[in-house]
Amino acid sequence: MKRLWFLVPLIAFFALALVLAVGLKLDPREVPSPLIDKPAPTFALPRLDDEAATIRLADMRGKVWVLNVWASWCVACREEHPLLVAFSKKHLVPIYGLDYKDKRADANGWLERFGNPYDASLFDSEGRVGIDFGVYGVPETFVIDQGGVIRMKHIGPLTETVIATKLLPMLERLKKPDA
Amino acid sequence: MPERLLHVLCAAALALLAVASTAKEAAPEAADPALEARMTRITSELRCLVCQNQTIADSNAELAADLRRETRELLKQGKSDAEVVDYMTARYGDFVLYRPPLRGTTILLWFGPATMLVVGAGVLFLVLRRRSRMAADAFEPDEDEPAEGELADLHDDAARGATRA
Repeated sequence: MKRLWFLVPLIAFFALALVLAVGLKLDPREVPSPLIDKPAPTFALPRLDDEAATIRLADMRGKVWVLNVWASWCVACREEHPLLVAFSKKHLVPIYGLDYKDKRADANGWLERFGNPYDASLFDSEGRVGIDFGVYGVPETFVIDQGGVIRMKHIGPLTETVIATKLLPMLERLKKPDA
Repeated sequence: MPERLLHVLCAAALALLAVASTAKEAAPEAADPALEARMTRITSELRCLVCQNQTIADSNAELAADLRRETRELLKQGKSDAEVVDYMTARYGDFVLYRPPLRGTTILLWFGPATMLVVGAGVLFLVLRRRSRMAADAFEPDEDEPAEGELADLHDDAARGATRA
């Protein structure tokens, strides 16, 4: 037993190396949101396509819905956009856009060009609602439940894997009546 | 020759100018210097999420500018420093704090390095003490260990060297 003591530093080294290796693999951009399982911040914003109409958080009560933060200046948004358009065609849940720090004309033109997956987009020109939602890297996607509680947040563009392994299972779980 | 010197001086001046213009920090919209100073003090303790190794006070990212604006407005509303920090952590989590709070999840962060240092020093101390109590024959002799007489000479040399230095 005593002869094995010389292995201790070696084992300690490997343990430390393993911890550091795992640390290297973590994405520092994936900051856990403190908003998960908290009520979504209230908002009242004009619609992107209709300045006069206002959309409020209260309008969404009783629905499971997806909030996708996007902007016409955002390159990664264009990457996820076809997936979002395809997803919207399944008509699983209402999808609302939060057009973040954008110009109205640019944003409407962008949707015309690339397709509009949104039931409606909220126009957040100052980015204030974005800040309330803790947005720091467009695109971001939130899932909000019937009671207005944020249940999921995805930072960065949606991918097929994210939709299949994160988004769809979450929606399925939330849409069950007893959930 | 003086002409060449002039060229060198001009180049140096231009280089300095370039450095000075890029080194400028995110421009403050100074209306109320006291408020601005308070805003800068608070935001220099907060991490910008876009460029994660800069503070919100230093960063030129648009989000940082927006958060400076929000901070300014919160302060104008009479909010305390702690309330501003709460506003940020409610949205972005403890991650924005350059001084993370002491919690169950941050114990390792706060005390890990000191603990490792103490444990390491303790192990070193125990090992050295044990070795110092061992008899000389517990160690293999060094191959080039000088014989007794040579050792005395070496001591003399060392002493002389020390006085010279």
